[in-house]
Amino acid sequence: MISKEQIEHVAKLARIELTEKEQEKYSHDLSSILDYIDKLGKVDTKDVKAIQQITGLETVTRKDATGNKKPASPAGRQETRNKILEQAPEKKGNYYKVPKILE
Amino acid sequence: MKLENLTIESARRGMIKKEFTCTELVRACLDKIKKENKEINDFLETTEKLALEQAQKIDDKIERGEKIEGIEGIPIAIKDNILVEDYKCTAGSKILEKYKAVYDATVVKKLKEAGAIIIGKTNLDEFAMGSSTENSAYGVVKNPVDKTRVPGGSSGGSAAAVAASHCLGALGSDTGGSVRQPASFCGVVGFKPSYGAVSRYGLIALASSLDQIGIFGKNTEDAKLIFDVIKGKDEMDSTTVNLKPKTQDPKFKNLRIGIPKEYFGEGINEMVKEKILKAIDVFKSIGADIKEISLPLTEYALAVYYIIMPAEASANLARFDGIRYGFSADKKNLLENYLKTRADGFGDEPRRRIMLGTYVLSAGYRDAYYGKAQRVRALIKKEFDEIFNSSADGVDIILAPTAPTVAFKIGEKKDPLSMYLSDIYTTPANLAGLPAISIPCGDIDGLPIGLQIIGPQFYDDFVFEVAQTFGQLFK
Repeated sequence: MISKEQIEHVAKLARIELTEKEQEKYSHDLSSILDYIDKLGKVDTKDVKAIQQITGLETVTRKDATGNKKPASPAGRQETRNKILEQAPEKKGNYYKVPKILE
Repeated sequence: MKLENLTIESARRGMIKKEFTCTELVRACLDKIKKENKEINDFLETTEKLALEQAQKIDDKIERGEKIEGIEGIPIAIKDNILVEDYKCTAGSKILEKYKAVYDATVVKKLKEAGAIIIGKTNLDEFAMGSSTENSAYGVVKNPVDKTRVPGGSSGGSAAAVAASHCLGALGSDTGGSVRQPASFCGVVGFKPSYGAVSRYGLIALASSLDQIGIFGKNTEDAKLIFDVIKGKDEMDSTTVNLKPKTQDPKFKNLRIGIPKEYFGEGINEMVKEKILKAIDVFKSIGADIKEISLPLTEYALAVYYIIMPAEASANLARFDGIRYGFSADKKNLLENYLKTRADGFGDEPRRRIMLGTYVLSAGYRDAYYGKAQRVRALIKKEFDEIFNSSADGVDIILAPTAPTVAFKIGEKKDPLSMYLSDIYTTPANLAGLPAISIPCGDIDGLPIGLQIIGPQFYDDFVFEVAQTFGQLFK
């Protein structure tokens, strides 16, 4: 069973504001899912190495060199930048405007 | 031209023989969508301008007497968690309601380069979280076969679009069955490639160690044509690999078919079971060796999945912060802005999974949950590796149901866990990174059933060969 207090803590970590009613609902939902998940306790995993990558790839790198792609023209770069910045809830010139962090 | 009767092959022939132009084909799809989308709700947006421009190029090419091949001129729909430049990409969420893609996903780029027509963006469960496409912020999708039922999910819009002949193929994404299960429910073919076979660059990530872009087609041949275009190594997704060449290890002659008994146990609809076993019998006529096998860890797959998927999702969805793009609650204080943006922007299911994922990764729980799940996942992979071998006990291919039931009624599954259980037969292939396809194999009172064919890792072409053979034998 996962308590309402635990849900409150998790929701804060996840940066999601919940009402009291929602806390109750999710504490119920998560508890029933976690109960189901508990069945994994029956699987013996002693000496089993946790899987990291299913196809066995390790640290994929590429040559530190420019690829074949032609670099965008200054106008093209500006256009892409505008397309990205246009979507910002708040901006100033070519910058994102961020709410105040410190009071 | 009757869209219902067209396949990729016959549509291409029709254009070459000038029975209809590519523009006419595209217009027919757009008209049909306009007429039927109000009810089925499979499309969030059509990409009409782009589609007609692309179609004109194909018509010009035909007019010049040039050859068209493969998927040139073929209208294909794209799940709305895959980016198409200059079009909205919402992932079915309010938090991305106004988000416009700045670039093409690698798969979209490849489709465009191959001359395919991008016809529109399809509806989905929010952030691909769901098994019924009832979780979209933009309304429920209905199953074209029976409009009182769900199309499956999360790629329900793409499955419905192909089933309703709104396009001739579609892309979806499959993290735990989100292509195969809706294909099964809607009576179309749905293929999930091996992990790493197709680039996810430009796919809005759900669970990165499981996500694969998959394909819907009216038949196996159509799905294969699209797969051949989108597969392959991509510098922009470092998990991509080049697949093994055609049939090497698994043998088609004296095909050894494994029927895992755990896929026919508790929870399966008896009639689904009966029909699946009867469908598998057609392989006897080509001298296949059909035997019962056991994959005892199957019963743990869903539990492993419901740790790994939410854990990775909680990390992936942390980027939706209301600052750079998407919905913002517009609060003056940063923390308040995060809390409110994510509370109002995310729907019920993403919130549940983000919190579940945050919980299983939080201090003191990480190893007990995530660590344990990754260890059991290693064992599940080993279990498949051991069954796909050339010794006397091994098999070349596994056949099973795609889902335990046919499409359920809209609103029928209210409790999250009962919804999760509809992915019970599809999650193992994701956990083990295996290629798997769902192909129609009959119906119960008109509601389609899907046969799932699961192959060894990287033998995607072999899975297609088996599926094509099934399609020919099962008439």
